[in-house]
Amino acid sequence: MISRRDFLQTSMAAAALYGSSGFGNWARVAAQQALTQDKLLEFDTYGNVSLIHVTDIHAQLKPIYFREPSVNIGVGGNKGAVPHVTGSDFRKLYGIDDGSPSAYALSHSDFSSLAQAYGRVGGLDRVATVINSIRAARPDALLLDGGDTWHGSYTCYQTEGQDMVNVMNALKPDAMTFHWEFTLGSERVNEIVEGLPFAALGQNIFDAEWDEPTELFPPYKFFERGGVKIAVIGQAFPYMPIANPGWMFPEYSFGIRDERMQEMVDEVRANGAELVVCLSHNGFDVDKQMAGKVTGIDVILSGHTHDALPEPVLVGDTIIVASGSNGKFVSRVDLDVRDGRMMGFRHKLIPIFSDVIAPDAEVSKLIDEQRAPYTSALSEVIGRTGDEQTLYRRGNFNGTWDDLICDALISEREADIAMSPGVRWGPSILPGQDITREDIWNVTSMSYGEAYRTEMTGEFLHVVLEDVADNLFNPDPYYQQGGDMVRVGGLGYRIDVTKPQGDRITEMTLVKTGEKIDPSKTYQVAGWASVNEGTEGPKIWDVVEAHIAKQGTISLDPNNSVKVVGA
Amino acid sequence: MELTRRNAILLGASAVLASGLPALASTVTDDAIATFTGGAAVGEGDLKLTAPEIAENGNTVPIEVASSTAVEIMVLATGNPTPSVATFKFGSMAATRNASTRIRLAGTQDVVAIAKLEDGSFVQASSAVKVTIGGCGG
Repeated sequence: MISRRDFLQTSMAAAALYGSSGFGNWARVAAQQALTQDKLLEFDTYGNVSLIHVTDIHAQLKPIYFREPSVNIGVGGNKGAVPHVTGSDFRKLYGIDDGSPSAYALSHSDFSSLAQAYGRVGGLDRVATVINSIRAARPDALLLDGGDTWHGSYTCYQTEGQDMVNVMNALKPDAMTFHWEFTLGSERVNEIVEGLPFAALGQNIFDAEWDEPTELFPPYKFFERGGVKIAVIGQAFPYMPIANPGWMFPEYSFGIRDERMQEMVDEVRANGAELVVCLSHNGFDVDKQMAGKVTGIDVILSGHTHDALPEPVLVGDTIIVASGSNGKFVSRVDLDVRDGRMMGFRHKLIPIFSDVIAPDAEVSKLIDEQRAPYTSALSEVIGRTGDEQTLYRRGNFNGTWDDLICDALISEREADIAMSPGVRWGPSILPGQDITREDIWNVTSMSYGEAYRTEMTGEFLHVVLEDVADNLFNPDPYYQQGGDMVRVGGLGYRIDVTKPQGDRITEMTLVKTGEKIDPSKTYQVAGWASVNEGTEGPKIWDVVEAHIAKQGTISLDPNNSVKVVGA
Repeated sequence: MELTRRNAILLGASAVLASGLPALASTVTDDAIATFTGGAAVGEGDLKLTAPEIAENGNTVPIEVASSTAVEIMVLATGNPTPSVATFKFGSMAATRNASTRIRLAGTQDVVAIAKLEDGSFVQASSAVKVTIGGCGG
């Protein structure tokens, strides 16, 4: 893995070779100067091609708060490597001052007080302003959407993704790839994709029956921009039918398929591509590994694992750009492409401070139109957070939102133990803030939100935890699925992330009695987001709403039930 | 259940059987390889095995073997109770020497392919395929 020092040296070497490079400005520009829209958007247009990357918006049309993770453990060759660096280590790595706007945007420390100072982030009307500003400087900039766009909110659920399709179409993307979109069901996905005014790409989206590429999702598309022939190759989330309910889209098969990726790169190069861009939903570590195996990709625009990195990571001759999630960031990458190759680049991760960047009036109006039929349902206040209580999700283990959801499952479903999926989406709530129905849906909305109640033996519980842990901590990134650890309520355990599957989880205890979990004993377990067909139960958002309404003000006890070693 | 001596023996026997299975399977794999190669050394080279890193469905996992000079390719699922999957034979006139099929995997395991090449030597390729109960992606 490249350390920052090596990375800078590499980039210095690259700068010497290429003549120009875009490193080192980010922290100075964004963190140490007064926050103005002009400063946030300031960019010395470079080269002849501009790429604009948005990804993992999760249907967040409006500005939100979003706390970055405090725990993001890297294993194997990625131990201690970005994006597995958090908090003060992260700020030190990138030269970001404590308490600065960049510290607020990119790290978790002091989150609630910085959030009070700097305000909300995101909002697609602000994103529109940024895109328009880049297009003013470079009219033919490519806008590429990494997917997880048509999922994650009340209005997205009610309209089966139509609200997001309508608003994104107004931003005029050039291409998109996919993940959660498929949980709308293949019939709905096909219907939307057939009408999309831009390319729906995925070299790894296959017909499941014949194990052949599909017609609806071509592997790549060519663009002619700034006199450069650009190929954009799509890479959808590889583990869709495993991490999400495959029965909802049985006609499709995925996988990493890096050998086909190489074939596609070779094919587009043979057809004259001077710049090869991979629009990826692999997740960061998988992209890094793929960049080391597949040759000829210039830029990987990385999505899925929701990492926001102020500088690209270099693997061989490939730069990997990670652009965060929930509408919080837009990446701009300017490239100098001459004589059929990338000679240099300039990059900026633009944080969308919603109080600083003016909303685009047209897109604001369009967003309001999508939300208008649901305004009263969205804005209903269900409860509020206590004066010391932040609600957030991101992190390898339980976030406070998950603790609250698990509490709701245990009390509303009368269970011993609760399980909540380790997804990485879901905005945060500050102390003393009203919790609306929209807020609850923002962290629970999905097309398979049934809250089940079932019996599991202690042995099976162990198998479940080991299985999910291996999806996260397998030292080979190709075996990682890019989520976080399943969240648990009522259950404590110790995890050694360095051990192989089957040996990581020990000391499982039932929190309410302090007893050790008995492998042969049966426990009542409540959970949600099962990938199994035919799961029954009330919707998770109704369970959580009922619980919050009863509590009124939310103040959670600190959760110390998971002991992590080997990090 | 009343614990009689007969039951105790049965319980004991099934426990031995259960714990003995993985060893048994690998012996079966080794035996199958030895029978195929006639005990000859197995190297690496002109053989490619393509399998998914994580199976989308353990009951039907697509795999592909390819070699430009193989006359015979044997595929083994080393973690299955019966590891033998298939043996593909290619005549000297075969334009392409690849084959694809779908196999059932009992759990996470190595899938192994052994090819006998035209020159009589043997090469091997293997791929770890994970079979998971599924979960929740970001």
